[in-house]
Amino acid sequence: MTDGTLPIPKAQSPFRRFASEFFESWIARVALFTLLAIIVLALAAPWITPQDPYDLAQVDVLDGRLSPGSEAFAGYTMWLGSDGAGRDLYSAILYGLRISLAVGVASGVIALIIGSLIGLFAAYAGGRIETIIMRLVDLQLSFPAALTALILVAILGKGIDKIIIALVLVQWAYYARTVRGSALVERRKEYIEAATCLGLSHGRIVMRHIMPNCLAPLIVVGTVQTAHAIALEATLSFLGVGLPQTEPSLGVLIANGYEYMLSGRYWISVFPGLALLLTIVSINLVGDRLRDVLNPRLSK
Amino acid sequence: MTATLSVTGLHTHFFTRAGVVKAVDGVDFQIAPGEVMGLVGESGSGKSITGFSIMGLIDDPGRIVSGSIRLKGEELVGASDEAMRAIRGNRIAMIFQDPMMTLNPVLRIDTQMVEAIRAHERVPKRDALARARDALGMVGIPAPEERLRAYPHQLSGGMRQRVAIAIAFLNEPDLIIADEPTTALDVTIQSQIIHEAQSLCKRTGTALVWITHDLAVVAGIADRIAVMYAGRIVEAGGIDAVIDTPLHPYTVGLLGSVPTSNRRGERLTQIPGMPPNVLNLPEGCAFRERCPRAAAACHAQPPIAEPRAGQVVRCFHPHGQEASR
Amino acid sequence: MTAPILETRNATKRFSKSLDFAARLARRMGANVSEETVHAVDGVDLAILPGEVVGLVGESGCGKSTLGRMVAGILPPTEGSIVFEGADIAAMDAKAARKAALEIQMIFQDPFASLNPRMRVDQIIGEAPLFHGIVSRTDLSDYVDDIMRRTGLDPSLKRRYPHQFSGGQRQRIGIARALAVKPRFLVCDEAIAALDVSIQAQVINLFVDLREELDLTYLFISHDLSVVEHISDRVVIMYLGRVVESAPIADIFDAPNHPYTVALLNEAPRLDQRRRAFEPVKGEIPSPLDPPPGCHFHPRCPHAHARCSSERPALREIAPGRMSACHLNDE
Ligand SMILES: Nc1ncnc2c1ncn2[C@@H]1O[C@H](COP(=O)(O)OP(=O)(O)OP(=O)(O)O)[C@@H](O)[C@H]1O
Ligand SMILES: Nc1ncnc2c1ncn2[C@@H]1O[C@H](COP(=O)(O)OP(=O)(O)OP(=O)(O)O)[C@@H](O)[C@H]1O
Ligand code: SF4
Ligand code: SF4
Ligand SMILES: [Mg+2]
Ligand SMILES: [Mg+2]
Repeated sequence: MTDGTLPIPKAQSPFRRFASEFFESWIARVALFTLLAIIVLALAAPWITPQDPYDLAQVDVLDGRLSPGSEAFAGYTMWLGSDGAGRDLYSAILYGLRISLAVGVASGVIALIIGSLIGLFAAYAGGRIETIIMRLVDLQLSFPAALTALILVAILGKGIDKIIIALVLVQWAYYARTVRGSALVERRKEYIEAATCLGLSHGRIVMRHIMPNCLAPLIVVGTVQTAHAIALEATLSFLGVGLPQTEPSLGVLIANGYEYMLSGRYWISVFPGLALLLTIVSINLVGDRLRDVLNPRLSK
Repeated sequence: MTATLSVTGLHTHFFTRAGVVKAVDGVDFQIAPGEVMGLVGESGSGKSITGFSIMGLIDDPGRIVSGSIRLKGEELVGASDEAMRAIRGNRIAMIFQDPMMTLNPVLRIDTQMVEAIRAHERVPKRDALARARDALGMVGIPAPEERLRAYPHQLSGGMRQRVAIAIAFLNEPDLIIADEPTTALDVTIQSQIIHEAQSLCKRTGTALVWITHDLAVVAGIADRIAVMYAGRIVEAGGIDAVIDTPLHPYTVGLLGSVPTSNRRGERLTQIPGMPPNVLNLPEGCAFRERCPRAAAACHAQPPIAEPRAGQVVRCFHPHGQEASR
Repeated sequence: MTAPILETRNATKRFSKSLDFAARLARRMGANVSEETVHAVDGVDLAILPGEVVGLVGESGCGKSTLGRMVAGILPPTEGSIVFEGADIAAMDAKAARKAALEIQMIFQDPFASLNPRMRVDQIIGEAPLFHGIVSRTDLSDYVDDIMRRTGLDPSLKRRYPHQFSGGQRQRIGIARALAVKPRFLVCDEAIAALDVSIQAQVINLFVDLREELDLTYLFISHDLSVVEHISDRVVIMYLGRVVESAPIADIFDAPNHPYTVALLNEAPRLDQRRRAFEPVKGEIPSPLDPPPGCHFHPRCPHAHARCSSERPALREIAPGRMSACHLNDE
């Protein structure tokens, strides 16, 4: 149709086009920069923090509940103050971020893989198998995620691995539904018929032809769901059923500070809370922009 | 007799991030009352944008950069939005490839047609309804009473297009611009619609611009033809003259590309290469990369010439002029 | 007489929209809802000789694509069989069926949707021959280059993605992909309909050249009579799922037999027919969900008589090599 309207075959990779469009929005630029900064800070925590909050030798109870800017016994300044156990909040937040991000990303990736495979299988198999799987997905999605997670953790118990399992079980259905939707669209396209006609195997058609073309919406759902997982984990930990005190995620830190709120030591809860908020908001903004940029392309 | 529409030196450009898209870059034509002009060209040659320019429907980042569009002598370039709204649907109507561009899916046909009449004229509802019914009858819709009460989705594609055409003719406009109105339809349905549009024009004196990429369709309906290439009209004239004795190398190539019965089984003469991108188009004749007659002179923009009465061409070395060269 | 390379015997395809839960419930409660069945292809017999180009013409929804997809093995027939070189494909063992599947390839209409946007051109063309062991990995690159040249593509562009090509080039990539598995039979479903006029001519010429070079047989599906007339040896006309006429190209254009063929020929726009004034055939194409009884064409046919609305006319030989399905031929 558009022989003449094509931006004639000058090789501009799809990624370059995508990137230039993504960065057109200043909100997206700020959000992505913030997110990257958070990730870098979290990864570099052991080298840029004055204290390892897990190392009991470095934590001094006498430093407990110091207000922001006080000097610790060991001589460094606690810019964000300390919590009840004497942990430097700045250090604890960065270490907590590591755990929150790790739980969010790990559960997100595992749920993405499992959910997409199930969704792909349903779309390609069709018929009764598809109906059964999709009813299961509907059932899963009709329960509030927090409630399901709470019940699962109650059954599975505490611990980082248990929490990840619970979050995967809560999230897989979103991925399955997304992938099935786009796989159904792709499956009807002529290039899939061509692949059938060329005698390629079913596995090859699903993995090499359908799956790569369902990735765009997955990336969007993946970012938003990761933010959701982080929030969910924080909720569980705040309620005391998530991660143990020995592995303090942001949720645990907020919970620990909660009892001091009324006594005016706001910082113990508020700073970890702000860190959590910043993380989730920046991921969501990046996700929104991804959706805006990727969506019109889906139809092309 | 004054022309219904006269377009001179029309340039409509789009100022995009990637550069200036010269979608329409030199379009001149006139059309008399009751006349049917076919506007043909390949995809992206600027046919639709020419139509939208006449309708005053060019939105940012596009702009009519220069030129004049006169409807019965009245200048439309630069007219206020309000003035254009009064003209659209009343004095100029447009028919699209997809009739749902005109039709509202949630309103019944009668509601839409009565609204279209009463938007421009104070008539009692009953009279408007009668006029709507007559209009449907005129485009060959059987049982128009019944169809009036239908919703668009209850009609077939061909029926919907007929309703869109009936709406276009409702207010007996001076001019109708039809943009690929039958491209999505079947041969037998297309032929019915062409037949009806043709006879309506003759009867009402409405001038019709029929935009299409299909030369054979134009041959069937038009009195005159204008061939567009990369934003310019490269050749225009009476239908017989242009198809039987084309002047421009592009028209010659295009006609050679159409399979006809007297060349069964032979190779078609093909135009090499592909249509240029109108983004950042270089100076000079846009066809020169594909033209078998191109020469050094063609790096300049060829002027409009009229080597034969009533047949104009934009080319330095047109066909059929060898003797005089 | 040479044996046909491909036959369809009573090939039939029905699509039924099964009722959803609400509709089933409504029917249980006595409402008048029934499963909707489209007779997309209704008992088509076709025989195509080796090296022949058969044009398949008809208006939208008459089942051309469905028939083409059955021939190409993408859709299984509901009834009847597809016979390749004398053997029913459905009854073949796995190995023979695969061989037959590769020898029949399809070229699609949409140059955008028919190429996987995430694969590079050399992967698109080379995937199947490598998968089937037609070419070794070491020879693959040369093999792909060769096919690209043959279809008029520059091999230096083979690392590019489909979106970096124009519509005409993309259509060539689709043709190259099919040729890469060394087919003998090509189903071309509206293969040039989406292209610009000047590009259409290039692709038609490519089809003509390839046929001579590679001894290919084509089933060329199109709604454009002039294109079919140009490229085919024989034309088959379909109306609402059935073949109404089949004849050598010269016969059908010079002396059409079936009233629908006559209407179609009259109404196809042609360069040499200017400002025509004639009465076009009346009426709409009926819905394939509820086709008229007897001869499907009778509500629109100027020659319809009593028998036409009750009895289905059989497709019969009316002259050597010519078939038509109209009761007028019995009188
Ligand atoms: N809003 C826009 N912004 C930028 N460029 C545009 C815009 N609209 C149209 N164009 C460009 O203007 C040129 C002419 O477009 P136009 O729609 O008039 O072509 P056409 O001749 O109608 O083609 P077709 O047969 O495909 O409908 C094209 O190259 C197109 O890409
Ligand atoms: N997968 C499907 N499910 C249900 N109905 C279908 C399916 N595919 C085709 N049909 C129906 O079968 C009939 C024949 O369709 P087909 O696509 O073969 O027509 P066609 O002759 O190729 O038409 P066109 O010229 O529009 O391509 C149509 O009525 C169509 O709606
Ligand atoms: S001006 Fe020159 S290049 Fe352009 S069409 Fe004429 S001869 Fe060809
Ligand atoms: S069988 Fe009857 S209705 Fe059908 S085409 Fe022949 S004359 Fe017309
Ligand atoms: Mg257009
Ligand atoms: Mg089709």
